[in-house]
Amino acid sequence: MTESSLSVGSHALSAKALAERRLGDRAFKWLTLLMALSVFVLIVLIGIELWLGSHLAIQKFGARFLTSSEWDPVKERFGALPFIFGTLVSSGVALFIAVPLSIASAVFLTELAPPWLRQPLIIFIELLAALPSVILGLWGIFVMVPWLREYLFPCLKSALGFLPLFQGPIYGVSVLAGGIIIAIMIVPIITSVSREILRSVPGLQREAAYALGATRWEVTRIAVLSYARKGLFGAVILGLGRALGETMAVTMVIGNRPEIAASLFAPGYTLASVVANEFTEATTDIYLHSLFEIGLVLLGVTIGVNALAQVLLKTFAGPIVTR
Amino acid sequence: MAPTNHQWRKLKNLLVQSVTCACALLVIAPLALVFFHLARSGVGSVNLDFFTHLPKPVGEVGGGMANAIVGTFVLLGVAALIGVPVGVLGGVFLSEYGSSKLNWWIRFAADILNGVPSIIWGIVVYALVVMPMKTFSAWAGGTVLGLIMIPLIMRTTEEVLLLVPNGYREAALALGITQWRMIVQIVVRTALKGIITGILLALARVSGETAPLLFTAFGNRFWNHNLSDPIATLPLQIFSYAISPYDEWHRQAWAGALVLLLLITAINVSVRLLTRDRFSRHGH
Repeated sequence: MTESSLSVGSHALSAKALAERRLGDRAFKWLTLLMALSVFVLIVLIGIELWLGSHLAIQKFGARFLTSSEWDPVKERFGALPFIFGTLVSSGVALFIAVPLSIASAVFLTELAPPWLRQPLIIFIELLAALPSVILGLWGIFVMVPWLREYLFPCLKSALGFLPLFQGPIYGVSVLAGGIIIAIMIVPIITSVSREILRSVPGLQREAAYALGATRWEVTRIAVLSYARKGLFGAVILGLGRALGETMAVTMVIGNRPEIAASLFAPGYTLASVVANEFTEATTDIYLHSLFEIGLVLLGVTIGVNALAQVLLKTFAGPIVTR
Repeated sequence: MAPTNHQWRKLKNLLVQSVTCACALLVIAPLALVFFHLARSGVGSVNLDFFTHLPKPVGEVGGGMANAIVGTFVLLGVAALIGVPVGVLGGVFLSEYGSSKLNWWIRFAADILNGVPSIIWGIVVYALVVMPMKTFSAWAGGTVLGLIMIPLIMRTTEEVLLLVPNGYREAALALGITQWRMIVQIVVRTALKGIITGILLALARVSGETAPLLFTAFGNRFWNHNLSDPIATLPLQIFSYAISPYDEWHRQAWAGALVLLLLITAINVSVRLLTRDRFSRHGH
């Protein structure tokens, strides 16, 4: 289109000048294309580097790496099971706490809250999202964990002590503390994505329900929530992806002990925290390669979870932006 | 409809409204608590020394985090060198060129990258930069942060460029300007404020990163005079002080956290004020 309109008024432009213009256009387009394609390059690069960095461990331990619970740098025997367990349990606890809270908050913010209250709450939630993990971890060590040890955990133990989940000695640092801190970190993302989902529900849906005489909550339940179910599920899965990879704050409160215990009061360890804690201490090749393989496992899980989340979110409705 | 039923429905409506409101307040409670404790434990240790002195050895009172504060900004500078050109130009491609199918895949990949845990970026840059250089370095730390910024900036740039009305593009082309100059001089310039906002938000986000810097930037108790040497950053310093057994270091950790949080909050709030209404998301 541009070229034909150019040729009409091209008396003033020599053939050379035209070629230059076209060259500039083409070069710029290729440059931007290259930069845009860098995202694929990066994904491939991450996979290759982790694979290359872990080949010794993959060769030596094979599938046993995922099923063995022995982590002994001295004897050079490495198994990732305690970390996989700790990651799954702490993320599970985090979702258990964060999902109801975030979806309720999103519903409140989009459907039920009086308009003057919405903006301040949204700003606070976005500030919470901007809170660095290490600061939350600092607060976790010195404020949250002592409080959990003195008040919440004893209460839980006396109320729900008949469950194996809430038995055993209370140290404070624990899988449960890790789960709570992860919950605090993923609430903002689940809330803000859910909010965008709810906002993208067509207004006609709501109006139709109002026309039938429904109350605000009934409108939300019948017309909004059932319509948005798939998207909200996507938001939750996205939160799960973040939870699995959360590192600093968890490392600071989970206790860092590679154990598999039934009790949530027991210390645990996650895939991300073992890398954070031991990477600079890995003196032997096999140790370093085992830590790379831990990274590879974490990458595989988070990419799978995130891909599922993106597909759910992108097929739910138009362009829903996730940060 | 029986009146009791009607009242019950209204009551239920009110009940749900209050419960969800309580949830929203509970969600932001940790934020308030963190701010409160940071202010209480951190303010006492933030003084002029904190900004101008190096950390003191164990057992000595005082000292500061001057090197870590400068280090944070140095790493952000290196990160911007990598993240900004790649991210912005990639965003230009998504908004101005490309077929919808290719764009779908690029967006998909960028969103996947956004979900990659930052510690994994650290491992990758360790293999790519630290191992060949045989030393932890500011270059490695900056590279990690820059790579993390790429997908963030790409998506926000695309978003704001799409808000530029098509009439601008058509008017520029009709005047005979080439397409690439139209994009640079008209489209990007119109959306510049939004692009800068995206860059600042990405910088704010990575300025708090700790995990991937543990084995790339590594930290340093002294000034960094060479980008090929390890460098201190605020988050790293906060972490190593927080897990140390010394009370004096704990006080410094609180002070460092307070300064870092104020820095990040300042960026976020100023960005919000800067862009109020103009480039609101999705233009609702």
